Amino acid sequence: MTITQVPLVDYLVLGDSPHLTANECTKCGARYFDRRNACASCFATDFKKVAIANEGIVRSFTIVTFAAPGVPVPFVAAIIDCAGTSVRGNLANVEATPEKVTLGMKVKLTTYSLGADDNGLEAIGFGYEPA
Amino acid sequence: MATDDIYILGIYMTKFGKYPDKDTVDLASEAVIAALADAQVTMKDIGVMAAGCLMGQGGIGQMIQKQVGQTGIPVYNVSNACATGATALRTAIMAIKAGECDMGLAVGVEKLAGVGLLGGGGAPKSKNKEWTPSGRFGSVTNVDGLIGTAAMPGTFAQVGMEYGHKYGGATFELFAKISEKNHAHSTLNPLAAYTKRMSLDEIMNDIMISYPNTRPMCSANCDGAAAAVVVSGAKLKTLSLEQQRRAIKVSASILTSDPYQEACQVLPDVNTLTRIAAKQAYEQAGVSPSDLNLVELHDCFATAELVHYDNLMLCEEGGAVDFFNSGATWRDGSMPVNVSGGLESKGHPIAATGIANIWEVCHHLRGEAGPRQIEGAKVGLAHVIGLGSACGIHILEKSAL
Repeated sequence: MTITQVPLVDYLVLGDSPHLTANECTKCGARYFDRRNACASCFATDFKKVAIANEGIVRSFTIVTFAAPGVPVPFVAAIIDCAGTSVRGNLANVEATPEKVTLGMKVKLTTYSLGADDNGLEAIGFGYEPA
Repeated sequence: MATDDIYILGIYMTKFGKYPDKDTVDLASEAVIAALADAQVTMKDIGVMAAGCLMGQGGIGQMIQKQVGQTGIPVYNVSNACATGATALRTAIMAIKAGECDMGLAVGVEKLAGVGLLGGGGAPKSKNKEWTPSGRFGSVTNVDGLIGTAAMPGTFAQVGMEYGHKYGGATFELFAKISEKNHAHSTLNPLAAYTKRMSLDEIMNDIMISYPNTRPMCSANCDGAAAAVVVSGAKLKTLSLEQQRRAIKVSASILTSDPYQEACQVLPDVNTLTRIAAKQAYEQAGVSPSDLNLVELHDCFATAELVHYDNLMLCEEGGAVDFFNSGATWRDGSMPVNVSGGLESKGHPIAATGIANIWEVCHHLRGEAGPRQIEGAKVGLAHVIGLGSACGIHILEKSAL
């Protein structure tokens, strides 16, 4: 079967149960979403893939109404505490107002299409929606 | 004065603002020539030079030398985000501490008027629309706006909101009141880029950039330069009484980077490295926060000022909201913060900022601050943060003479 979808970033795992993964240091447990040469916390060099919890709470957010050219506004940028692992992501399926978005609100991972490229490959992004 | 102490002998900042007819070398040269005059020395006395211009091309130090004096001394061109100026100053101080020379020069300059939003954005990865993973995250396109925000106003908004989540009370109105204070302070500073007093209503109803930061709650992009001459205690003893009287003691000079923290990969941690730098600075200077008569801290956004009350230990841990609401940080309060108007109104020409805040503190310690003088000021602290991150803290003390 040909690949028809690609994740926005390689730490988003698609399929039946989409989730994020991290590179976890096998020595101290520090987690990283990008590839690392060595652990920034303990300097070890072995990592294993671990799944990140899909549910979390909003630890911080901002409603961006003025952004760089080409970045659609408004959007809600947030830091989500997913069972002890901090994740950066946009909030989805919620009105971008301080009345609707609150610190400590419960959210869960969701995915959405970013459209297809010239070769018919569809990119899939992620965000967090109210749980 | 101890022979191994370090002193600011001369210091200067240009007026911050718009200089369409001057380039960075013009502005830096004005600052250097005036700082040397303030110190009553010439380039011939200077043994080391450190210079920064974050947005410029390399070699700013040598370019400045060609306008103020080429004497063959070593030049260190430094770059450390918004802490570039403090890094230049500390580089000159380290050279003196190392015994390489007895007098040094530090200069920072930037032209930022009209550049707009800093951070975020970027060109599309490919001209054709093709989803091809690349980079350390294997991303198929630029993720600013898709996975949070990379722009500065939103980044620092989240820094302030995170404090609110942890301790409560950090409302839009509270952050706007911090901005109201700094804009009020700026009316007494003729060198500030903006000197207009703004009401709380005006601030809250201005253009929203990144909630809860409206435009006047963001640091002002502008042009400017600042320079300082530093000298060893041993050398200062050989200089005139007038020079000794106006010299300001550098009781602490600290630079830190951010140690690993769980969340630092998703939101820059401006707290841990500031707290560590503050602790080191108080120990090195032998002073406690309650000894400070004024503080110039890095209010790149109103949301940042709040967290640094706590990081610099000006208040109890978790008590920044109550501390601000007590009125302590207004210029007539118990701990005046950003009496220059801060980056929100004085302006933030990046590489100049980490020397301009030292200038402000020195001005008060010398008793030369005119209408905005904090009466009887003896000890002050200057703080900058550059994302990535770097934190510079200097504690300064009035001459004993």
